[in-house]
Amino acid sequence: MTIVSAAAAAALFKDCTRCFKFSSIVGVGLGGTLTYRHTYKINRVHFSGSIPSSYYCCATLSITMEEVKPTFDVDKAAVLVNEMRKTFSSGKTKSYEWRMSQLESISKMIDEKEKEIIEALHKDLSKPELEAFLSEILMTKSSCKLALKELKHWMMPKKVETSMATYPSSAEIVSEPLGVVLVISTWNFPFLLSLDPVIGAIAAGNAVVLKPSEIAPATSSLLTKLLGEYVDESAIRVVEGAVRETSALLEQKYLYIAGGARVGRIVMAAAAKHLTPVTLELGGKCPAVVDSNVNLQVTAKRIIAGKWACNNGQACIGVDYIITTKEFAQKLIDSLRSVLEEFFGKDPMESKDLSRIVNSFQFMRLVNLLDEDKVSDKIVFGGQRDESQLQIAPTILLDVPEDSLIMQEEIFGPLLPIMTVEKLEDSLDMINRKPKPLAAYLFSDDEQIKSKFVQNISAGGIAINDTVLQLTVSGLPFGGVGESGMGSYHGEFSFDAFSHKKAVLYRSFAGDAPTRYPPYTPGKQKQMKALVSGNIFNIILALLGWFRD
Amino acid sequence: MEGSVAELRETFKSGRTRSVAWRKNQLKALLDLVNENEESIFKALHQDLGKDPVESYRDEVGVIQKSVSYSLSCLDKWVAPKKGELPLLFFPAKGQVLPEPLGVVLIFSSWNFPITLTLDPLIGAISAGNTVLLKPSELAPASLSFLIETIPLYLDNKAIKVIGGGADVGERLLKLKWDKIFFTGSPRVGRLVMTAAARYLTPVTLELGGKCPAIMDALSSPSKTKVAAKRIVGGKWGPCTGQACIAIDYLLVEDKIASTLIELLKKTIKRFYGENIKDLKSISRIVNKHQLQRLHNFLKDPHVAASVVYGGSVNEEKLVIEPTILLDPPLDSEIMTEEIFGPLLPIITLKNIEESIEFINSKPNPLVIYAFTEDETFKKRILSETSSGAVTFNDSMVQFLSDTLPFGGVGQSGFGRYHGKYSFDTFSHEKAVMHRAFFPELEPRYPPWNDFKLRFLKLAYRFDYFGIILLLIGLKRS
Repeated sequence: MTIVSAAAAAALFKDCTRCFKFSSIVGVGLGGTLTYRHTYKINRVHFSGSIPSSYYCCATLSITMEEVKPTFDVDKAAVLVNEMRKTFSSGKTKSYEWRMSQLESISKMIDEKEKEIIEALHKDLSKPELEAFLSEILMTKSSCKLALKELKHWMMPKKVETSMATYPSSAEIVSEPLGVVLVISTWNFPFLLSLDPVIGAIAAGNAVVLKPSEIAPATSSLLTKLLGEYVDESAIRVVEGAVRETSALLEQKYLYIAGGARVGRIVMAAAAKHLTPVTLELGGKCPAVVDSNVNLQVTAKRIIAGKWACNNGQACIGVDYIITTKEFAQKLIDSLRSVLEEFFGKDPMESKDLSRIVNSFQFMRLVNLLDEDKVSDKIVFGGQRDESQLQIAPTILLDVPEDSLIMQEEIFGPLLPIMTVEKLEDSLDMINRKPKPLAAYLFSDDEQIKSKFVQNISAGGIAINDTVLQLTVSGLPFGGVGESGMGSYHGEFSFDAFSHKKAVLYRSFAGDAPTRYPPYTPGKQKQMKALVSGNIFNIILALLGWFRD
Repeated sequence: MEGSVAELRETFKSGRTRSVAWRKNQLKALLDLVNENEESIFKALHQDLGKDPVESYRDEVGVIQKSVSYSLSCLDKWVAPKKGELPLLFFPAKGQVLPEPLGVVLIFSSWNFPITLTLDPLIGAISAGNTVLLKPSELAPASLSFLIETIPLYLDNKAIKVIGGGADVGERLLKLKWDKIFFTGSPRVGRLVMTAAARYLTPVTLELGGKCPAIMDALSSPSKTKVAAKRIVGGKWGPCTGQACIAIDYLLVEDKIASTLIELLKKTIKRFYGENIKDLKSISRIVNKHQLQRLHNFLKDPHVAASVVYGGSVNEEKLVIEPTILLDPPLDSEIMTEEIFGPLLPIITLKNIEESIEFINSKPNPLVIYAFTEDETFKKRILSETSSGAVTFNDSMVQFLSDTLPFGGVGQSGFGRYHGKYSFDTFSHEKAVMHRAFFPELEPRYPPWNDFKLRFLKLAYRFDYFGIILLLIGLKRS
């Protein structure tokens, strides 16, 4: 399938968001390649990022328009994976020293190449320097630091208690690497979402193949160059490319991914062939519920920080829409408006502090959301767009229909619909009518509402009175539920995501109770009951033959 | 069927299954079910698999009693939110990890331990607060009908249901949307389950099998060797006559001790199960004709037949295969390339017992590796150089009974784990919750960006509080 013009692509894209026809084309294309051979083995796939249904199509379209160099095919993938597997089998990656040295190199790489990384992110997304620092470089660095600091502790076998039934014995849980791991990352935080899982995979002692997103090409090629310079190439490798390369890799036996629900499905189905476990970091419509008793100024700031100051809304845990009460909506809008001006100036289209839309397909998708009937007249703030700059101004919409596309799909851009309800409690129903989001936010001072929200909203994570910050806390698992994905990472959770927890039981030859063995007698059954009950007194009675059940 | 699944979803939505009282209530009812119906369970298992009541108690009834009691005693602790550590920077804030039920779960179980493998995951699903549809195997029909008849009498039947039927029903079930699928069975069906689950992004736990090796090193005293032989026999023919995913599949041994060991094994078999195929006791039978045929076919390979050193007789009518030992069958024969899942034990001799590591690594990851050895260095090598769901030293099967150890495979033996707290986790989503106050507010988080903010954030991420203070009072140089 080759698409020659942007217009043709847009036409196809339109199809995709309305009737999902295009998805099946992608599915067949990818699935078709996937069905051939499966002789090579890989052990984990990580898929991170947030591309809801339509994103994938866009992503794919942009690829088909590019000239794809046919350099990486199934055979090449097989060769690569075989090499990696050899490295893994040699046991090199399992040693503490190797893991530490690789993590140290990555840490060093981030320190030394800060400028280049920032430049690449600017090329791909016009990310403001400070935002790039904050959300990509510093996050990756702190993740790497934590792993360096805690690795010894994480790797330690965990002793567990054993029961009477196996007495005398000792038991422990040993973390072992899974093998060769595939990390597929996405374009919105192309540096963080590539390296953060890679750090987890290395910490756990795996060999890693990283497939960065081709939609952020500058970062993708920088990662290839830098990792080639800094880390052990025999165990950590970057494969650049698009669908063709990804499917060639998926044909192998791996695991770990970030991206959209639709790609997630394809990845999981491909992984099923080799029984490869997958972590899927997807997205979803993350709501922010705003009560009327809040500190308005702080709330507005934090919402804006979690929407536009976060890659201009192109983030999987960014605020997707707001729910508030009818009477409070106007106050909130006024407050958002004044803080937006404070942050991004009178003309946000000129602001250096906003990222741009990643490419023209995403731009068009967002414009489509905005231009839908019954949506376009709901704009209360913003709405300006500039196709040549790929920029859309921070835009607020009030009470768009719930069945409009903008409320059905993950927005993943600078548009913020505000939905109003009679009572704040009604917001729970509205959220629960949609697929489970990756994050849910609540701003309120009311303890009752808080606990109701925490209890009744199922989401990957919840932050009360703030946005996005839960991501930065390494003590909290980061991962979705339902449509927002499965599996979690960050901190020790990353280590666990890439480890197998091997149960180990040590027994001695003493204490061999004949009870377990045939020939079976009613007496043995009684002894066994006593053993299962774990009651020492009963066990003694049973051995003496006095135990009654 | 679609109707009952819709009812399960309604029940879950009502929130009833989330209350800890409901969960405890159901666990207690499950304990009553097992306690009050012990005899019927024994009968069903005898009908389906010829299991002796003592074996049934040890491997099924007792296991469930133990698991339920353990879960009941731990549930309050499990459901409590765990504190997540937060950096001082966010003060005042509170981080929590809150376990929440996934929703409507589907549990597929297999025929070899039709009670345990159905009810043990159920305990985890109930503990975590889910609604459940159980799909036990149709190949253990008496146990299946016991479950279908008895479960509604004890458990909340709007929240926990059982369904019968074969592959067609399984296929229809997989077309529906689930919040979790827990599957025990073969890798082949496991692939189908995972492929179907991908459609709704449903997380799956796959409990598969594999060829579980036992390594027998030379031991320091004959009495220890004797104990080891008992444990090998108990780990091969004990659990459902080898039809168990954690049963010993084959035995690795140094050639110089092979003959002694074989003699010991023979003696132990005779003592445990009797001598003649006609009056074998305390041992299960093969589940059905199809499985018997499959096992019989292994033996029909002439090279394999020639390697039989004990047993080998088959009674097709009674579905019985004698405990059989084979010495060095060809490594490319089916009996050494497929999971045996029956009463045949190939013994592979090695020049040096350390070669067993390479041997095991040449096959897909097994669910368990058993190793009888007193050599600590060898133990360490096994642990670090092989990969398997579990490793048990100097015994067989007992790791299954340990509630504190995760039970689950890796690679071809599956993924995901259960038992004890791990069961609870398998059926829960760990929700990260962060509580923040509105003050104090860190202004450098927000645009418009400038150099001061950048320096502040760099210090903040290093948790360099002293540096932050210097910066704030204007004394810090970059």
